[in-house]
Amino acid sequence: MTNRVVHFRIYRYDPDKDEKPYMQEISVEIEPTDKKLLQALVKVKAKDDSLAFRRSCREGVCGSDAMNINGKNGLACLTDLDSLEQPIVLRPLPGLPVIRDLIVDMTQFFKQYHSITPYLINNDPPPERERLQSPQDREELNGLYECILCACCSTSCPSFWWNPDKFVGPAGLLAAYRFIADTRDQATNERLDNLNDPYRLFRCHTIMNCVDVCPKHLNPTKAIGKIKDLMVSRMV
Amino acid sequence: MNVETYTFDAVIVGAGGAGLRAALQLAEAGLRTAVLTKVFPTRSHTVAAQGGVAASLGNSTPDHWHWHMYDTVKGSDWLGDQDAIEFMCRKANEVVIELEHYGMPFDRTDEGKIYQRPFGGHSMNYGEAPVMRSCAAADRTGHAMLHALYQRNVRARTQFFVEWMALDLIRDQDGDVLGVTAMEMETGKVAIFHAKATIFATGGAGRIYYSSTNAFINTGDGLGMAARAGIPLEDMEFWQFHPTGVAGAGVLITEGVRGEGGILRNCNGERFMERYAPNLKDLASRDVVSRAMVTEINEGRGCGPNKDYVLLDITHLPPETILKRLPGIREIAIQFAGVDPINEPIPVVPTVHYQMGGIPTNYKGQVVVPKGDDLEVPVVGFYAAGECACASVHGANRLGTNSLLDLLVFGKASGETVIEDIQSGNLRLKPLPKDAADLSLARINRLNTATSGETVADVLLDMQRTMQKHAGVFRFAHLLKEGVARILQVEERVKHTFINDKSMVWNTARIEALELENMIEVAKATMISAEARKESRGAHVRDDCPDTPEFPNGRNDKEWLKHTLWYREGNRLTYKPVHLKPLHPDTQPIALAKRTY
Repeated sequence: MTNRVVHFRIYRYDPDKDEKPYMQEISVEIEPTDKKLLQALVKVKAKDDSLAFRRSCREGVCGSDAMNINGKNGLACLTDLDSLEQPIVLRPLPGLPVIRDLIVDMTQFFKQYHSITPYLINNDPPPERERLQSPQDREELNGLYECILCACCSTSCPSFWWNPDKFVGPAGLLAAYRFIADTRDQATNERLDNLNDPYRLFRCHTIMNCVDVCPKHLNPTKAIGKIKDLMVSRMV
Repeated sequence: MNVETYTFDAVIVGAGGAGLRAALQLAEAGLRTAVLTKVFPTRSHTVAAQGGVAASLGNSTPDHWHWHMYDTVKGSDWLGDQDAIEFMCRKANEVVIELEHYGMPFDRTDEGKIYQRPFGGHSMNYGEAPVMRSCAAADRTGHAMLHALYQRNVRARTQFFVEWMALDLIRDQDGDVLGVTAMEMETGKVAIFHAKATIFATGGAGRIYYSSTNAFINTGDGLGMAARAGIPLEDMEFWQFHPTGVAGAGVLITEGVRGEGGILRNCNGERFMERYAPNLKDLASRDVVSRAMVTEINEGRGCGPNKDYVLLDITHLPPETILKRLPGIREIAIQFAGVDPINEPIPVVPTVHYQMGGIPTNYKGQVVVPKGDDLEVPVVGFYAAGECACASVHGANRLGTNSLLDLLVFGKASGETVIEDIQSGNLRLKPLPKDAADLSLARINRLNTATSGETVADVLLDMQRTMQKHAGVFRFAHLLKEGVARILQVEERVKHTFINDKSMVWNTARIEALELENMIEVAKATMISAEARKESRGAHVRDDCPDTPEFPNGRNDKEWLKHTLWYREGNRLTYKPVHLKPLHPDTQPIALAKRTY
């Protein structure tokens, strides 16, 4: 196995020195053990230390290195280099303000996450031991709790692009349903009230980009559908 | 540069499990608390923990905290402090139940209780048979825990400073700790966080090695800051190599795989652990399993074209078990090893995973240093918890699932101690020294003004390769000696790194250069402490200290049953005794014995 060269076109913008963003063409030599996009990006950074991107766990569980890769949102650490056409075009996640290069300002994204009261609410005095939950009830949380808050989904959603301040977005709604679905949580009604709004929940038009890009194979659209069902069944 | 000062009751550095657990304690007590973190809290490396958190709940098999204490002391090869270990094992049920109440989605038994699985080195009735002690949320326990802790902090309205990197510890002329300097990554702004209490929860430094299961952010920032401020680092020669990192990629495969019935095999298909640990086999302690694997590979029984890995086999498990209990592992194997473990075994090699040593603390989370004849005097205003701290509960080798327990127990304990110390009036806001930010500003100024030098990437790589070669699974006297010389050469080069990027905005080149300055302190501490320890114990096994009748397993309790303390100044080493006495007078101590599994 020999080294090979990978070609990139990368969105660059440093407000400290650039008047406007530009696309940088850069190529790097990678080793046979470099299988993932993130590994190649680390090589790019060794060549040009001014390229800024977030990264941490490099195994798809921390959610740091979400970016737009050849037009589709994904995690650099889970994306196979072999699956990508070259030059690999990298842009910051769409729809959020760019701070620098591939780093976006995620304030709005986390604001929406925080808006759904993202913690378990149970006002009974805590028992001495664990609250019991059957394995079947626990299974209801599968596909919900695994979210890594990478924002691939919300920033691929046209409804979130148009109304990031009003529409909770797929990640926040998935989290909302995670608590609604938890048998230990006692605030389902308040949670539904919180979302019963033309924008917060109902801006989801089941475009399903979120499902398409989720690196953890979660299905926010399905969770949103379940919240909508609960809204309806609560009314009748 | 204009340096603003923010004032708090307490500042916590790091928002992984330990930092978040401490923060919760302080926020719920109503103290003005700032949590500084390099990454958004849920991106901290606790998120990558997989297999579980230990607690003797006894949900599926009988269990007792004293059995857990025995296993932990034995796992530590008797280097762990028995008072701290007793404290941790007794507190385990309480902190795990709390987490469940916070909403952590543990897996469940048929009765609806927290699901528990067997794990390496954990046993029933003092070594008799494996016990089900590891409380798990599938193979994503760390993720579930970190998110639950973050969520609970949202509820408690904890104040976070996200994407702020702490730079240096501030001490006054009495040696008291008054806070830290830190840099806002987005703007490059430096500020002082002035506080009555400072808690370090900065995690480990696994990135000092070339092949590591650790995240890029695990650069030992707390250890670097402590060392530069004259605080010694304890037992830094002890690094855990996790037996099952994906060959080539380094990504972790949890020991929970073996807890669920996974088996390690050599090129002959042999379950070789039966020869090394006839009782616990594949579930022996991590240091034991890692050495067995390297021995298999060294003796030509490795697998693959280069015979340089062994296989972790779960093909005999029902696919339902794999899909239910190990879904994340299956993903990782497909992603990083290119195999679906339902059909094919996973190629694995021992990979650096955990730093047993750290900033010396007692079981209350207070940082303690020698002063005169007293070897453990608390540093006023300074606390530490989690992987950056050395309580010491892991001694020479940590048991799996004890790290998540450590960060819960000591995160909480450090928070409680801070509350006590503030409420009792023991801690006050002392005036800042005039030069409080000078060291940090000088470090940044050097990077801003340097016009030539070596790249950070080049120096980092040499440091990592040096650590990998000279302080590995097995250690050799001549390599250690040479390693000390080499790492001191690397240190000189770290002083002369150069970054091209001079921007104030999100300058990751600068961050990486500052991180390297922290990592080199840990690397020096490791190599120098390892070279000096002339015995084999736990994860530190030397060729010149073999198994003999006089020194079983090469362990020399007469001369080396003691903790190492490394000081940055002059690379000085001192030692202090191990606490062999438990916390409570009626608790049976765990008597010294040869370690077998």
